[in-house]
Amino acid sequence: MNKIFLIIRREYLTRVMKKSFIIMTFLGPVLMALLMIVPAYLATLSDMTERKIAILDETGWFMGKFENGDNMAFESVFNDLESEKEKLKSGKFDALLYIPKPDLNIPVNAELFSLKQASMNVTSYLRNVLKTEVENRKLLASGIDPEKIKSSKTAINIIAIKLTDDGTESRSYTEVEVGLAIFSGILIYFFIFMFGAQVMRGVIEEKTNRIIEVIISSVKPFQLMMGKIVGVALVGLTQFLLWVVLTGAIYLVFATVANGSAIPSASVMSQAQGLQTEALAASGSMSAQGNLSMVMEVIDSINFQAMIFSFIYFFLGGYLLYAALFAAIGSAVDNETDTQQFMLPVSLPLILGIVMANFIVNNPDGPLAFWLSIFPLTSPVIMMIRIPFGVPFWELALSMALLAAGFVLATWLAAKIYRTGILMYGKKASYAELWKWIRYH
Amino acid sequence: MSYFEAIEVSKKYANHLALDKVSITVPKQSIYGLLGPNGAGKTSLIRIINQITAPDEGQLLLNGHPLKPSDTAIIGYLPEERGLYKKMKVGEQAMYLAQLKGISASVAKKRLVYWFEKFDIMNWWNRKVEELSKGMQQKIQFIVTIIHEPELLIFDEPFSGFDPINVNLLKEEILHLQSKGATIIFSTHNMSSVEELCDRIALINASKKVLEGQVAEIRKQHRTHAYDVKISHPHTSIRQLLPEQFTVLNEISLPENQLQLTIRTSGSSRSNDLINALVHHCEIISYNEILPTMNEIFIEQVKATKPNGHE
Repeated sequence: MNKIFLIIRREYLTRVMKKSFIIMTFLGPVLMALLMIVPAYLATLSDMTERKIAILDETGWFMGKFENGDNMAFESVFNDLESEKEKLKSGKFDALLYIPKPDLNIPVNAELFSLKQASMNVTSYLRNVLKTEVENRKLLASGIDPEKIKSSKTAINIIAIKLTDDGTESRSYTEVEVGLAIFSGILIYFFIFMFGAQVMRGVIEEKTNRIIEVIISSVKPFQLMMGKIVGVALVGLTQFLLWVVLTGAIYLVFATVANGSAIPSASVMSQAQGLQTEALAASGSMSAQGNLSMVMEVIDSINFQAMIFSFIYFFLGGYLLYAALFAAIGSAVDNETDTQQFMLPVSLPLILGIVMANFIVNNPDGPLAFWLSIFPLTSPVIMMIRIPFGVPFWELALSMALLAAGFVLATWLAAKIYRTGILMYGKKASYAELWKWIRYH
Repeated sequence: MSYFEAIEVSKKYANHLALDKVSITVPKQSIYGLLGPNGAGKTSLIRIINQITAPDEGQLLLNGHPLKPSDTAIIGYLPEERGLYKKMKVGEQAMYLAQLKGISASVAKKRLVYWFEKFDIMNWWNRKVEELSKGMQQKIQFIVTIIHEPELLIFDEPFSGFDPINVNLLKEEILHLQSKGATIIFSTHNMSSVEELCDRIALINASKKVLEGQVAEIRKQHRTHAYDVKISHPHTSIRQLLPEQFTVLNEISLPENQLQLTIRTSGSSRSNDLINALVHHCEIISYNEILPTMNEIFIEQVKATKPNGHE
């Protein structure tokens, strides 16, 4: 037991003291904050420039249909195309829209000339105006009043209300939940891959350094493997917690500056945790931004304690399961480039989880979601995606139990491959070989 | 009295037999050489003694008791494939490996300082392993192998990668450890070091033990009854003077009218017969029997027991 502790301590300390760990720990939250702040900032920035667009309309249908907007100003021109092009080149306007006279009553082949690449905003607005006008004309030609069509269009809002077991009603905000679901799923995926790969690299390092035989003459291979897996898990948890605290602090500072209101410094630390969760929700769902009170209401409606608890459980469970498999892969190869053939089948279920994410959020209680959230190789990602939508307790318990069982099975298998693999050099292991190693007594 | 004993140990890997009923007996406080060509099964046996792998059959006795997991604390092992964590500092790493062997941090520190000072490498303590030369790393490796003061030491090719000065340093340390009571098993290809250090040897070839015994005895058993003789130059040809049971294998004229001869005796005649045959015709200046070197015995034995064709 004492020896396992020594191994865990070494694995933990050597990683936490690394420059790359310290840099990642501080850079991560900064990048995350930038990811939230920069797009918002850029969005306000791009609205400032105004473009002047000249319309050369040979049909005469679109007179006055283009309305000056935030960043577009329209001007009708009437000379021939070539001379207007000259004006465009001389910089009198930014773009020139040319609508030629239609043949056979089918126009809609307008040309947009501009000196710089026309932005998506501009082209889609222009297309929209042209389309509406042509459609209206077609309707009129077949004797239908476009106004009637317009007035028949109806906007329907569905307010989703979740009826919980104890009879209380709570308004559910699907957008926020989708954001939160995808965010936590991706986070789990990212953590499992990042730290699982660290375990694998650690095993390969010991093999290529040839220190492995010295160590396993002192401790059992299983102790070494578990010590490494647990040590790296602690590194992951440390990094995660530091990120939570630092991101919260950065967000808090930013929010304080943005609001221009001073928050008493004593309450800063205690609020960091709460604000962090707000940050998670806000970054997950852009559409919820701008309506702070609604966001706050949503946040109140989500059980964060349960979410954080499940996150830690599924992160640890998923990580332990995959780390054991990664350790087995590391033991079976001589260097990192040889890992490819084994990496693919192991990482496939994880990738499947992420690919399925969109489908799962659309149907979080469907049979596919259920089965994938029960199967241990996919459950860490999929269950985290399902949790914000509410999962029956028995499903959660079953998934957790199966994940624990999966971890035990994977560790048992991995240990068998590991103890043989670490002593094998120069031979490229095949699947048949691995199977033989598993069957050694 | 034997300290370690392996009795009829067999180990089978997927498609070949690595050890076939190999028995060895290592006397207490002896230096025991494990010889054999590459792939003979030496490393398999050594790994079994270190409990890195388990034998399929056979028994292992340490001090008369069956080998048990806690015995790793009294065994020191320097593997052939050895290395250290490159990114770790020397002192930190030595402390870690020492503690894995079950000694406390304070004891480890005290002993490491002793050895580092003895080898005059105290200034390496805070350097990373990757900054050291290979020979320097080997010294560290040697220190961590013996730091827990093991009763049984196992060295697999200990001299590979050392320069001659360090080889001598290592030999001295090995002899010193023996004098303090340690029993030492070492495997090597270096036959001169076997003659120099080993009390007993076992020769393993193609998974089987083909020879075991005391070094001096084995050399005697394999003698070819050849002698090196230095004599004053006789008046007639030496080949004509000697009876036919003596064959002159080699003849070199030396300055000051001397002759260096290599003579093999055959039949029942022995060294005294040769002296008698020579003494009447010339003056014998020096005379000694040529015993085969361990190197020659090794090659002869390995060729005689042809390996049956696994790589």
